[in-house]
Amino acid sequence: MTNQELAQPELADVHIDADGGDLSRSEVILKGALAAGAVYGAMSVAPFVSRALAMSEGGDVGILNFALTLEYLESTFYKEAKTRAKASGDLKSLIDLVARDEDEHVGALTETIKKLGGKPVAEPKFDFPYSGTAGFLKLAQTFEDTGVSAYNGAAPQIKSKEVLGAAGSIVQVEARHAAAIRLQNKQEPSPEAFDPSLDEAMVLKAVEPFIQ
Amino acid sequence: MAVRKEANALSRVAKDPVSRRKFIALGGGSAAAAFLVACGSDDSSTTTTAASAAAGGDAVVEEKFGKGDVGILNYALTLEYLETAFYADVVKSGLFKGSDLATIRKFGSEEAEHVAALTGFVKKLGGKPAPKPKTEFPLKSAKSVLELAATVENLGAAAYLGQAASIKSAEVLAAALSIHSVEGRHAAALNTLLGESITPDGAFAVPAGAPEVLKSVEPFIVS
Repeated sequence: MTNQELAQPELADVHIDADGGDLSRSEVILKGALAAGAVYGAMSVAPFVSRALAMSEGGDVGILNFALTLEYLESTFYKEAKTRAKASGDLKSLIDLVARDEDEHVGALTETIKKLGGKPVAEPKFDFPYSGTAGFLKLAQTFEDTGVSAYNGAAPQIKSKEVLGAAGSIVQVEARHAAAIRLQNKQEPSPEAFDPSLDEAMVLKAVEPFIQ
Repeated sequence: MAVRKEANALSRVAKDPVSRRKFIALGGGSAAAAFLVACGSDDSSTTTTAASAAAGGDAVVEEKFGKGDVGILNYALTLEYLETAFYADVVKSGLFKGSDLATIRKFGSEEAEHVAALTGFVKKLGGKPAPKPKTEFPLKSAKSVLELAATVENLGAAAYLGQAASIKSAEVLAAALSIHSVEGRHAAALNTLLGESITPDGAFAVPAGAPEVLKSVEPFIVS
């Protein structure tokens, strides 16, 4: 695989299929994940974790609970950041805005899971090892980019069009957060033309260090 | 001034279209509530999704761009052609320098990659890629151009969101989503440059339907 293909997972997919390959859906997803790992370098493509937080329940409820776990993480992270990030000015306003959005995501996902007859996962306990504004921003960027990739990876598996529309409306907001946090970090708001997707196991591996 | 007028007219449509008001009304006043109403539906065969209800544009996409995923891809391709041409014109205009110019170049090159990917997908599905439209944009001042860019990107993100639930192929959906969130990133970055909220719809982005999107970009398409 060339670097060009790595940087453009979807183009890489086009290329492969154009060659007459017949990849299964899971292989395509895995390929996206491999490319994502290469692009962002944040997560290694190691054997999948056995510890699964939200995988016991399949289907849309399982996916929604997976998303809820991530939203709990973000919500707690930004709530703490209001005092821990030592932010002022624009960044302080941004933290307040993102904290509010993530809270709303938690609320909406919880209600949706209940409406679908599922049981929302309990809020995990988190531990975020960072100090100061720079430490906060670095972690925030990882969480937001990972969040975008997580939703993008999970969404094609969603059965209900309603749930898919809702997930889409959340992922766009996560992408907007990611761009704003990256700008605060003096990074490109959109590092790649195609946001990589990550599968559930890889996302859980990425966030596991922060869950107690 | 014509430039401002057009940009503002587009901006109004993007921010407060009738279809968006309908979407929000679904939930009795908030997008979060609309989310729940949409998800609470347990009869997906007879209810439309919030996204496609807001879009109301499947028929329009089919009529103008073809059936199924190829139609949706060609609709998206047309918008990406427009965005690519816009950024190319902005770069040529000389209105921007330094880091702002670098951002515009970067966004433009990403839109060009979207064009290439969508073209590839249309061909792969056995379709004929939509032709590149001839475009013309009002480029008067740096500020009005940034406003237009933000409006176009916010609308573009909303346009992808409006189609997501109608896409049949999981692979096409994955590709559309990976582009959709990049459009969202562009929109947020431009909103930041303008000192506007990064999430103008709040915690839940609101989709836009094809009729609204096409009407909004119509002034910029010459042929």
